[in-house]
Formats: sequence, C-alpha cells, structure tokens
Amino acid sequence: MTSSLRFRAAIVSVVLFAAFIGIWHLATRQTASVANMSPEYAKLMGVTATQGKSAMPGPADVGAKLWEHLKRPFYDNGPNDKGLGIQLAYSIGRVGLGYLIAVFVAIPLGFMIGMSPLISKALDPFIQVLKPISPLAWMPLALYTIKDSSISAIFVIFICSVWPMLLNTAFGVASVRKEWINVARTLEVGTIRRAFTVILPAAAPTILTGMRISIGIAWLVIVAAEMLVGGTGIGYFVWNEWNNLSISNVIIAILLIGVVGMLLDQVLARFTRMVTFPE
Amino acid sequence: MTDKFISVEGIAKRYPAVGGGTTTVFESFWLSMARGEFGCVIGHSGCGKTTVLNILAGLDEPSEGTVIVDGQGIEGTSLDRAVIFQSHALLPWRTVLGNVAYAVTSKWRSWDRAKVKAHAQKFIDLVGLTGSEHKRPSELSGGMKQRVGIARALSITPKIMLMDEPFSALDALTRGTLQDEVRRICLETGQTAFMITHDVDEAIYLADRIFLMTNGPGAVLAEVVENPLPKDRGRIDLHRHPYYYALRNHIVDFLVSRSKTFAAENPTHDPRHVPVVRPGKPELVIAAVSEDSQQASWPGLSRPSTSS
Repeated sequence: MTSSLRFRAAIVSVVLFAAFIGIWHLATRQTASVANMSPEYAKLMGVTATQGKSAMPGPADVGAKLWEHLKRPFYDNGPNDKGLGIQLAYSIGRVGLGYLIAVFVAIPLGFMIGMSPLISKALDPFIQVLKPISPLAWMPLALYTIKDSSISAIFVIFICSVWPMLLNTAFGVASVRKEWINVARTLEVGTIRRAFTVILPAAAPTILTGMRISIGIAWLVIVAAEMLVGGTGIGYFVWNEWNNLSISNVIIAILLIGVVGMLLDQVLARFTRMVTFPE
Repeated sequence: MTDKFISVEGIAKRYPAVGGGTTTVFESFWLSMARGEFGCVIGHSGCGKTTVLNILAGLDEPSEGTVIVDGQGIEGTSLDRAVIFQSHALLPWRTVLGNVAYAVTSKWRSWDRAKVKAHAQKFIDLVGLTGSEHKRPSELSGGMKQRVGIARALSITPKIMLMDEPFSALDALTRGTLQDEVRRICLETGQTAFMITHDVDEAIYLADRIFLMTNGPGAVLAEVVENPLPKDRGRIDLHRHPYYYALRNHIVDFLVSRSKTFAAENPTHDPRHVPVVRPGKPELVIAAVSEDSQQASWPGLSRPSTSS
C-alpha cells in the first residue's frame, strides 16, 4: 500500500520533471528572426542577435555546463574563477561558523530565560525588538565595527540564526512537564544534574526544532550576505555570473543552493528524530 | 499514639484571594502516624488532600505549621520520602531500568554501574516487571507504568512512601492487582505509607487508618477511622467480614452528607484531638459524634442496609 503509493508518487514526480524540462526546452528554442548586420557589428553582439538564440539557456545548455562544473568542482583560476565546490565550501564554512557561535550563545541563554522568570521578563523587550530586524540591516554596522567583510558575513549569520534557537530553547525549557521536575526534586537531584538529566532531554526536541529553523534561515541569508560582501562564496558566485551574463551558471548556482539547503535541513531533521521520545 | 513517626502539626494552606483577603484551603491539620502504618486520606476534590501530600513530600510549603518525620522537621524534598505520582511521571526518554536506575544513582552517587543495575533490577523484579527492563514507558500499559513508578519509589528504600491517587487512572482490574501488590510489598517490608484516594474500597483494603477530610475551602480533618478488619484481610473475602459494611457505610455516609455539614454541626471540634472512630465496635467510639453518624456506624453487622 505504502510502497505502491510511493511508487505512484515517484512516477508523478518524474512526469512533472519531464514536463518542466520539455516546456523549458520549447520556450528557449531558436525563434527570433536574425537581424541583418555587418560582420564587424555582429562580432560585438552575442548569439542572441546574430543567431536568433534566446538569451535564456535551454536545459541542454545548463546540463552541459553543470557537467563541466561537476567534473572540476575545486579548480582555482584566481579571484573570479573558482570551482563551484570551493564557492560552496566557503558559504558552508561561514554558515557553519556563524551558526555554531549562535548555538553556543542561544542554548545556554535560552536555558537561563526558560528557567528564570526574572531573566525572561527582563530580556523580553530586547528580544522582541531585535528579533524582527532583517539580518542584512546589521551589515553596514558590522562592516564598520568589525572592518572585515568575511567576519561581517559570519556575524550576520550569527545574528539571524540566534533568535529561533533562543526562543525555542527558552520555550522548551520553560514548558518541561512539572511532574518530571518534581521527580527530580523528590530525588534530591541538584540544579546542574537536573538541567542535564531532566530538562535537556525533555526540551531537546523543541531545541532541535529551533536549530532546524535557524539553519534554514542562515542558508537563506548567506546568499544575500555574500552578494553584499563579495569575494567568495555561492552568493558572490551568483552575482558575479549575473555580471558575466552567464544565465546557465546562475541557474546552476540556484539549483545547488537548493540542494545544499535541503541536505542541511535533512541533517537537522535526523538529529531531531534522534532526540524525540514517544510519550 | 505512642510512636509518632510522622507528625503533622497544625499545618494550613492559604492563598491570596482575588480582590484581597485570603482563601484557606485547609487549616489546623494535625495528624500522626506510626512506623509501618498505612494511612489513607479520603475527601472530596478541593479539600486540599494533594496539597497535604505535597507538603509531606516537601514539594509544597505550608502557610502555617510544620511536619516532623522521624524526629526531624522537614525542609524541602528528601530521598527519605518517595512519591508515587498519579500520572506515574516516568521519564519517557529512559527505559524501565533507566528510570529506576536514575532514582538509585540519585540516592547512592558513588555506586558503580553494575551495582546500580543490580539494585534497580531487584525492585523491577519485585513489582513483577522482569523481562521489560529495556522497554520505554511508551511501550508499557498504564498498569505497567505505575508498577515502574512503584519500583522507582521503593528502590531508594524511603522511610515513607507517599501516593497521590496512584491507581485512579487505571482500569478496575489493573487497579485491583496493583493494590494487592502494594499491600503485599508494604506488609513484607514494613513500609510506612501515606496515600490519597477517592476510592472507599481501596482505603478499606489498604489502610490501617483512614483520615476523613471535610469539604474545602476551610477543610479540616474530621475523623480518624481505625480499620477494624484483620491485618491479613484478602481482597476476595473482604466484603464478607462482619465489620466491612459498617466501615464502608460510615465512610460513604461521611462523604455523601457529613463532609458538607461537619463544620456547622460540630462547633466544638478540636482539630488537635480528632475523634477516633472504629466502626462496627460501638464501645470503641471514643469521642462524641453526632446522632446520625452513630446510626451510620452500627447498621446490621452482617448485612448491608441497602434501603434507607
């Protein structure tokens, strides 16, 4: 039953994908009429003008380009010509670092907020104001104070991924069932041991959910941040290829951003399943 | 009472009421229990039974009065007083063994793994869960979960076992089996136990003395009923004992009518010297009780009076 459902769903997916590729192919066929121009002028113009080819690459062009990239993911021909593997590695590195710093700040702080109503009430106005700020709005301030574009990007990742983790940790810790706390109390379990043996496992699914939201946001933000700071990374690659008017490369980058984002989400989803307990 | 192993001395619980003033849940609550005794508190919802138990456990603090256990005033929770929670309160991310072992390591910090495991296993065997050590609470039935709760409470060898309606969420059959288990364990180990219940038959079967509380707010301990049934009573022939219906009717009558009117009818009630009643043995009724309650205490000794 389930396997047949999965099989039928797979067929529908393949059909949809084939239809998409087909429509894409038809839409980017050579259609426009070729203007009559002198050969010298034609040299200045691209294939769009000389051969009537659409500026939008077809699926075959993108596929060929993608294959080229996949064959050599780690080449480095100078600042503006690096393999996609290197660009992605820069982006993942920045996200990883900013995210990790956010984990180390948000989870202990979230524990404090969740366990102490005083701290919770005292910090609430700050969190409420800081949380809705677009992470990119911090960029100029970060660039001015840190004076390093790469670290500024990491800071932006940190600031955008800290809030979901902080709020989820605080919520998870504050809503640990009273009876579990009472079990620990009647067993004279100390505060530290209680935090690690009762509150942490009880709040872990909520905390991991926050971490999963955060990694998604961080991956969304890194592309925009790298477009701003430039230099390296998949976001910079997208912008650079736009300036080169290489739509094929832009499409490939978009595809890879999606794939990497999905993988990051899957990793966190797996961790979440590991700490989830059936009641 | 010669041996006051547990002595509850004049505790009260008050909350600030809406719009000023205070609401008194219960007050002047005096009670004492001997070592190895099984005490049951019966009363309607809202009379503060659970609060009394939480105060005994150290999870709650009384507004007035103190509780003395084994010659020492209690302060906060203690490993000497184990609690069996109504909702079993097992840690769902731990196995059966893990839950019991958590309690064992909390009491004996320096024990190594093998010693903790052996000790925990002993109590899992005692409650009849051998073979389910590595199951998680979600894989167990309600009755089995509560058995783990009992094993966890017993494993720290407490001076008192406190039970807050431990079987009220279980079906009648499971409840009966677990009552048998608890009674067997308490008799075998000489465990002192204090239990809250709604179930009159549970109290009659398990308790040596039954504490009747009036309705809240402003609840008081109205009577202490001594169980006249023999110590070796069995579930099967409990209701054939000549004193059974006298005892049962007395408690039911209290719950149905006297719990509401007790305070008005007994203006001279002294909460420090609560009347001790022994239904079925009229000569042992010590304190003055009102006319109708004496009638309730002496129905036909062998037959229940169903029509009245």
